[in-house]
Amino acid sequence: MKKSLSIKLITAVCLSTILWSCRKDKGVTPEEQIQLPGQGITAVNGLYVLNEGNWGSNKSSIDYYDYATGVYRRNIYGQANPGATLGLGDVGNDIKIYGSKLYVIVNGSGKLEILDVKTAKKLSQVDISNCRYVTFHKNKAYVTAYDGYVAVIDTASYKIDAKITVGRQPEEMAVVGEKLYVANSGGYSSSNYERTLSVIDLATNKEAKRIDVAINLHRLKADQYGDLYVTSRGNYGDIKSNLYVIDTKTEAVKKKFDIEASNLVIDKDFAYIISTAWSNTTMSTVVSYSKINVKDESIAAGGFITDGTQKEIVMPYGIAVDPISSDIYITDAKDYVTPGTLYLFDKTGKKKFSVATGDIPAHLVFYTK
Amino acid sequence: MFRFLHAFKGVKYYLFVSFILWTSILVPKFALAQTDSLKANNLKEIKITQKRSSLQNLSPTPLQILNGTALKKLNSLSVADAIRYFSGVQLKDYGGIGGLKTINVRSMGTNHTAVFYDGVQLGNAQNGQVDLGKFSLDNIEEISLYSGQKSELLMPAKAFASASSLYLKSIVPTFEANQNRNFRIALKTGSFGLIDPSVTYNQRLNHKLSVSLNAELINANGKYKYRYTNSVYDTTVVRHNADIFAKRIEGGLYGTTADSSIWQLKLYNYNSERGVPGAIVANRFEFPQRQWDDNFFVQSSYQNNFNKKLQFLVNAKYAYDFTRYLDPERVSLSGALDNRYAHQELYLSFASQYHLTKYWDLSLSTDYTFQKLDANLENFAYPERQTGLIAFATKLSWQRFSIQGNILTTLVADRVKNNSPAGDKAEYTPTLMASWQPFAKDNLRLRAFYKSIFRMPTFNDLYYTFIGNSKLNPEYTTQYDFGFTYSKSFERKRLTNISIQADAYYSAVRDKIIAIPTLTLFRWTMVNLGKVEVKGLETNIQSNWVIDQVQVIAKANYTYERALDVTPRSEVFGQQIPYIPINSGSITFGVDYKNFGFNYSYIYTGERYSQKANIPVNYVEPWYTHDLALRYSFTVAKINYSIATEMNNVFNQYYDVVLNYPMPGRNFRITLITKFN
Repeated sequence: MKKSLSIKLITAVCLSTILWSCRKDKGVTPEEQIQLPGQGITAVNGLYVLNEGNWGSNKSSIDYYDYATGVYRRNIYGQANPGATLGLGDVGNDIKIYGSKLYVIVNGSGKLEILDVKTAKKLSQVDISNCRYVTFHKNKAYVTAYDGYVAVIDTASYKIDAKITVGRQPEEMAVVGEKLYVANSGGYSSSNYERTLSVIDLATNKEAKRIDVAINLHRLKADQYGDLYVTSRGNYGDIKSNLYVIDTKTEAVKKKFDIEASNLVIDKDFAYIISTAWSNTTMSTVVSYSKINVKDESIAAGGFITDGTQKEIVMPYGIAVDPISSDIYITDAKDYVTPGTLYLFDKTGKKKFSVATGDIPAHLVFYTK
Repeated sequence: MFRFLHAFKGVKYYLFVSFILWTSILVPKFALAQTDSLKANNLKEIKITQKRSSLQNLSPTPLQILNGTALKKLNSLSVADAIRYFSGVQLKDYGGIGGLKTINVRSMGTNHTAVFYDGVQLGNAQNGQVDLGKFSLDNIEEISLYSGQKSELLMPAKAFASASSLYLKSIVPTFEANQNRNFRIALKTGSFGLIDPSVTYNQRLNHKLSVSLNAELINANGKYKYRYTNSVYDTTVVRHNADIFAKRIEGGLYGTTADSSIWQLKLYNYNSERGVPGAIVANRFEFPQRQWDDNFFVQSSYQNNFNKKLQFLVNAKYAYDFTRYLDPERVSLSGALDNRYAHQELYLSFASQYHLTKYWDLSLSTDYTFQKLDANLENFAYPERQTGLIAFATKLSWQRFSIQGNILTTLVADRVKNNSPAGDKAEYTPTLMASWQPFAKDNLRLRAFYKSIFRMPTFNDLYYTFIGNSKLNPEYTTQYDFGFTYSKSFERKRLTNISIQADAYYSAVRDKIIAIPTLTLFRWTMVNLGKVEVKGLETNIQSNWVIDQVQVIAKANYTYERALDVTPRSEVFGQQIPYIPINSGSITFGVDYKNFGFNYSYIYTGERYSQKANIPVNYVEPWYTHDLALRYSFTVAKINYSIATEMNNVFNQYYDVVLNYPMPGRNFRITLITKFN
């Protein structure tokens, strides 16, 4: 009988330890706070950082850097919106502020999230599959979608008013006057990329014409002189990325810079350009930073980081310039699967601080008064 | 969005009721003990147990085996389900019947485990992975896993060429005296809309030749409920686009020659269409992607036993693997993305073993493989690879001590039509292993092995458009293992047998190439993890009991593993690599009484991180499932019937093995098998 007793004992012990062992409840992931130097009281309240997160990981997140207190709040969406199923979603692709609202494009999740800019609490959502970027004009939000259209959304009712057909896989947009310019990539057809900007007449919501630029267009920024800066991604092979200027008065290419460009931002008279290119000879990413005076379209010598700290940055990805101080923010996406870093440089190009972000910090927007 | 399908619910209740019915109503009715066949079965089982435990006891490399009845008792549909019961193994499971399931042994990565089917490796130069979910247990007799390698000498050079080896052995036809043929018809049905009939026909043509045919259909809508919650939101959704329709046909000819050499000819075809259900992310619960597979191979082996001094083993194989992947959401000018891949392999192997003296054996094996990949991709490389393997091995063995070693030479040459090929490779890698029984009386054996090996970068690693990198280096592993095995049998005791094996191991992976799934299962991002160090402990304990007419088998496995990223200058230096739990294990408990069998199994996988940084947002909860099975078998009019009902994940735990690929909750299965002559 001893043996059967021991069997029973073993079984009982096994079963009880197993059955009563419990998973710790994952619960709501709280935000993390990191104390950084403040930026004083300016017209800027702070900076929102949208982290993309790798494809399929559902790890897009939002961070906020508060200028007055210097507190960097990492991963604020979950705590602000605990009831949002599976959080912000998969691959945050753009973040903008219009009025009192924060608009977030979540590409993999196929939605435009509309949040309160103060609290980041969710107000509404518009479903747009494979959406890419958002821009605004006269109480309308314009969203590019890879299915080849721009969705026009009313910022009061959050309803889609119209869908304007443009080129294949449209990317960034810019508004100049009463016209919306859209960079078409055609990225799904690598043998036949798109090579145009669509020009949309905002009075009629119709594509008025197309401007031929170069293959696989991506970034599109307007300066204060009526010019558009547009990047071509090239074909990732023999055709390198490039930067073009389009004059909106003539609606034609005005200048080709022959520099590689992966992202850019324009602040007053300067365009800040980051370029990451792949070198087959060194099997590594070649990074460069350049600065262009948009008034006369001349390249300024020496880039815009001056203290040598650019060596710390593995994969510069997002860029923004503070509209008041002209300080420069650059994000480092590293290997795309580990938390990235946000760097702040003053306008003379000296590093002020760096802080860990979510995965693939990419899109930045200033919350101004 | 959050649909609760009534039909789905209905099926679940139907199954639950059926489960009760089978167990409570049908069982007593047929409770007519077939004592003779039972006795025979018991004897057979004890024999198998003894054979297995002696193999495990003597092996200088850790060996885990599931065979015969042990395999049937586990709640498993495919090979993938069964290997979850092995220690030191992580199964990467994307969920559902059709979801990709790959094995990772001792955290060295999927590509370091070679999978052999009837002695010949299932080669895949495209991605180096074998989807074990495609291998139904219907026609599998034995699954064995060797860490390091098999300790035999007479085997193909490929068997020396990977960090660990998984052997799948299909059922070889056996005939009772005076019988020249037999049939087996099985039907499995249950959750996920599963309808899985199979038929096996074995015929003895003459005393030297027999033939076997086996065919199976697997049809399932793949629907199951899953739930995600953070305690504020609580969302239950039905998994969509996880359907599968698969056909498998196998045929074998088994012969012996006049000089008692044995030969085998095998034909295999697996053909399927399935949905690719995709990663569940916020606002996205349904996906339209589809995949088609067609895997065909013909292989033959011949083993010559006519000479006691010299033995030969010859293997040959041709394999054709076709995959089509359709993504209706990615529309280019030429229509929806529709990728087609055709992989072909030609394989020849010649192995010989020479018994130099009573204690000393030598062997030489040479393999040649030609692999080729075609795809309808733009700017595709159309790679071709030729691999030559030469293994020279020697073994000294006495009753209580054996030592063996081998040197493997690997020669690889790639050719491509577009872009640049990877450079030619010539590598020389050694293995050394020993087993020692310190006390003559005790069945305790100490063992150790050292193995250095590498895996070649796959065609996808090297040549995939935009992602591939033809300058990748092979990924090297170095393994050290030290362990013991102990077994003891008892006469006329309730505890009839106890066996224990435990191993401590250290492995290092350098130049590690890691693939992380991106938008779909089919597209990957290459990440070079650099360097990984794995320190682990593995234990297996098995005990067999006989109490009157009740037989009990209790097994437990436990693995402790630290698999650390030690890439120099890495920001995650010293952190556990993704998806590797520190603690994992399983317990199985089987009871047989007369014609009844009951099985309980428990699988535990500890907390893990889904990405390199071990931070809260990457935390993945532990999961553990409890499975129950009840079997009953009987014979009426010379036809043997067996009915098995299973309830898996009894406590309905919702979990992800791979983040955002939800696994099924509680599910059911019924298996009916008839065997007759």
